[in-house]
Amino acid sequence: MSVAARPAAVPVPRETAIAPDRGRRARARRKTLGRALLYATAALLALFVLAPIYLITVTAFTPRDAVYDYPKRLIPESFSIETMRFFVTSTGVLGSLWNSVVVALISLVLSTLIGTPAGYALARYVFRGRDAFRLTILSTRAFPIVILSIPLAVSFIDWGIYDTVWSVALMHTALALPFTVLITGSIFVGVPRDLEEAAQTLGCSPAQAFVRVVLPLALPGLAAASIFTFVLSWNEVFAATILTLRERTLPALVLSSLAASPAPFRFAAAWFMLVPSLIIIFVIRRYLLGMWGRVSR
Amino acid sequence: MAEIRLDGVTKTFDRKVRAVDDVQLTIADREFMVLLGPSGCGKTTLMRMIAGLEYPDGGRIAIGGRDVTDLPPRRRDIAMVFQSYAVFPHLTVFENIAFGLRMRKMAKAEVARKVERAAVLVQLEPYLGRYSAQLSGGQRQRVAVARAIVMEPSVLLMDEPLSNLDALLRLTFRAELKKLVAELNTTTIYVTHDQIEALSLGDRVAVMREGRVVQHGTPMAVYDRPATSFVGSFIGSPPMNFLRGRVEGQNGDLRVRLGEHALAAPAALAGHAGREVLLGIRAENIEAETTVVPDAISARTEVVEPLGSHLLLTAVVGDQRLKLQTRTDFPAAPDAPLWLRPEPDKLRWYDPETSQEIAAG
Amino acid sequence: MTSHRLGWAPYALLLPSLAFLAIFFAVPMVSAFGLAFQDASGAWGLASIRRMLGDAQFREALLTTLVLIVAIIPVQFALALAMALVINAKLKGAGLWLYVYALPLGISDLAAGITFFAIFTERGWLNSGLEGLGLIERPFIFLNYQTPFWLIFAVVLAESWRATAIIMVNLVAGLQGIPRDYLEAADVFGATLWQKIRRVILPLLRPSIQVSLILRTILAFQAFAVVIALAGSGLTVLSSEAYRWYGEYRDPNVAAAYAAFILVLSVVSTLLFLWLLPVRREQVG
Repeated sequence: MSVAARPAAVPVPRETAIAPDRGRRARARRKTLGRALLYATAALLALFVLAPIYLITVTAFTPRDAVYDYPKRLIPESFSIETMRFFVTSTGVLGSLWNSVVVALISLVLSTLIGTPAGYALARYVFRGRDAFRLTILSTRAFPIVILSIPLAVSFIDWGIYDTVWSVALMHTALALPFTVLITGSIFVGVPRDLEEAAQTLGCSPAQAFVRVVLPLALPGLAAASIFTFVLSWNEVFAATILTLRERTLPALVLSSLAASPAPFRFAAAWFMLVPSLIIIFVIRRYLLGMWGRVSR
Repeated sequence: MAEIRLDGVTKTFDRKVRAVDDVQLTIADREFMVLLGPSGCGKTTLMRMIAGLEYPDGGRIAIGGRDVTDLPPRRRDIAMVFQSYAVFPHLTVFENIAFGLRMRKMAKAEVARKVERAAVLVQLEPYLGRYSAQLSGGQRQRVAVARAIVMEPSVLLMDEPLSNLDALLRLTFRAELKKLVAELNTTTIYVTHDQIEALSLGDRVAVMREGRVVQHGTPMAVYDRPATSFVGSFIGSPPMNFLRGRVEGQNGDLRVRLGEHALAAPAALAGHAGREVLLGIRAENIEAETTVVPDAISARTEVVEPLGSHLLLTAVVGDQRLKLQTRTDFPAAPDAPLWLRPEPDKLRWYDPETSQEIAAG
Repeated sequence: MTSHRLGWAPYALLLPSLAFLAIFFAVPMVSAFGLAFQDASGAWGLASIRRMLGDAQFREALLTTLVLIVAIIPVQFALALAMALVINAKLKGAGLWLYVYALPLGISDLAAGITFFAIFTERGWLNSGLEGLGLIERPFIFLNYQTPFWLIFAVVLAESWRATAIIMVNLVAGLQGIPRDYLEAADVFGATLWQKIRRVILPLLRPSIQVSLILRTILAFQAFAVVIALAGSGLTVLSSEAYRWYGEYRDPNVAAAYAAFILVLSVVSTLLFLWLLPVRREQVG
């Protein structure tokens, strides 16, 4: 597109060379037109992404009675946190919110602790079975949550942790772990091996070299990877619903009470689930391509 | 006191590739040893084994009389300058240089004193507060050197430390490095693929090929009497000339036929009578005349390259080519006839099959 | 005792991950099949499978799932490719465009479902808009079990909104791997944009496209919160049947049969894509 609009490297075709001035002007016009079209497409796509977010935000912040008003106005007449308050003070919401945070944090810590060493091994060592391990990790993504949740629910009942934050957190850790291994692996690959070896020649044991040199350099990436896990857990609904009855996470609570809850409750809930994710995506925006893009290789 | 003794050191990668093959080498205390060879000859792997970053499959490594084969890098009393410099990007220049001292839990004031001194030595004092990203390539290289010498190691290892600098800087740094290492007076191993660097820096040069040390000796010795035709063609610019010739005659009157000319040959070639040998001669050891000289080899000029300080001629003898140097006022012209007289004591003879030296002079 | 020569170091680092995945991935996988081939009393046999196949909802769920996949994936790919090309064109504020397009990465299917419920519901945004434009006179009921077309339409739109970003990020990463020279070479030969996409970009993006297709299809088999949030019980898919059998009918065996069935479909579709879109080795990485 922009490439199409770059005439510099393109040899001038013969027929335009006859009337160079006209040719150049026509090309310049085409270039401007192309650019305009490109920006229009870009804006339209952005509108497609942003409009629903705007609409649910407006809906979530209209007074509770006005939620049913029709027709709706794009620019709201009144702003109110009444609907929001209704949602937050509904039975179970605060508890489930707390559960969501706890589950996401446990998953984050567990998957980082368990997955980071494996990522490091993939990045730094050449060993027998390395490719097999990578393949195993990649293939876990072909297994749907659905197939894991149901047997795990049965096991968790046996182990006595069914309907606790732990059951959901363990499940979410299992879901996040392959991602953590692959992401941290690619992060460690990005820290030159020379640095680690230099540290070792300067008096570090391998562990000290890791802590003093590799870790500080990998930290931003590792943090982004953990946040990725947090989002994964915060959003997950199937396993959370199957594995809990009373100790619901927020999505599990909303889903299980969907049929019975009034519209304002749902809208406020949707907004509430949406916002943390948007903030997090903003925080780790620099790593978006590196993580989602690389992980799916 | 740190003599380095390599005893049958061997390293194989992927069960197939012999990177280092049974290397036997002793580096004297305070000696500056250069490991020279083309890429893939195993010189870096050998250095990494001395550093403890690679573990040999066979053989032993001793530093200062102590067997260090099984010791990790930190217990070997070595310091290393990496080709990439490996300057820690998250630390300032000061902290980079101080890194090793801090690992030794040295007192703060002492660390500061040593870092300052090292920084002065490599002219880095104004940059102590900067980060790697704010430094030029040359400055980074200095950080890497300072970080190594501040440790006052008994062995200093340098892996192509000049190869990432541009040509002009490399020349300056080479001289500075030589001065610095001479002041430190530490046993030093220096890896390079640049033969000029090797000649200019080393007390001794070990030339490696396919995992083996082919020859080691003082730069002048290695240059002057290459042990194999490979060494001769690898060291020197232009490389040593090699001409094929047949050994004729018998004891007392041994000659080597080069085209129409027959060259007097040393008695040591007697064993090769009737066979081909390689005559090695360097470009600067051939005298050229444009008029007929008795006993000279007749040749024809092919290319004339003026190089400022001298002329480089490509000449054809029979069906073989060789290069020679002349003064700039030499009346050379393409296609002109040429008479060549190699300095007799600079002739080197090699076996074309084994490429080993048979005789000199 | 020196760690630098220890061959077992990498295995020690892998061990925790392997152990965890064994307990929480491998074991449940196997036991899911175990459950599917048992009945409620624990006796082995095909009873649960037969119950699933004989269930009135089964055919509908399977059909809807397949229809959704067939409808969603082309839409998502077209959108994702457009976004990726826009980003690759390096407009002003390229980072901002990427961020905006990537926003839905963090949005759950449940939140997306409810958001689109707010749009498609009777007194919702779509009807408000259509009426404002004078296209309709009274609200049209989109989300009605009697009009499955509109239910599916809403689900397709919501899913396209939510999950296009994942493909987009893949394609952008893939596009960045295409040397600019190729495109400029195409320019020199006077290629139109469409020709460039078809003949240069898409073939070079094949590895990224293959991965995205596999990933999206697997995820699409699992998407169920969008369906429940938008259509309630008006529309059913395989994973919502699994959910219903476990949650409402308290029958883990039939639920596991559904889960196993989804897994089989996922594997089959993965193999299908690998077969349909072979990626030569030299195209990888």
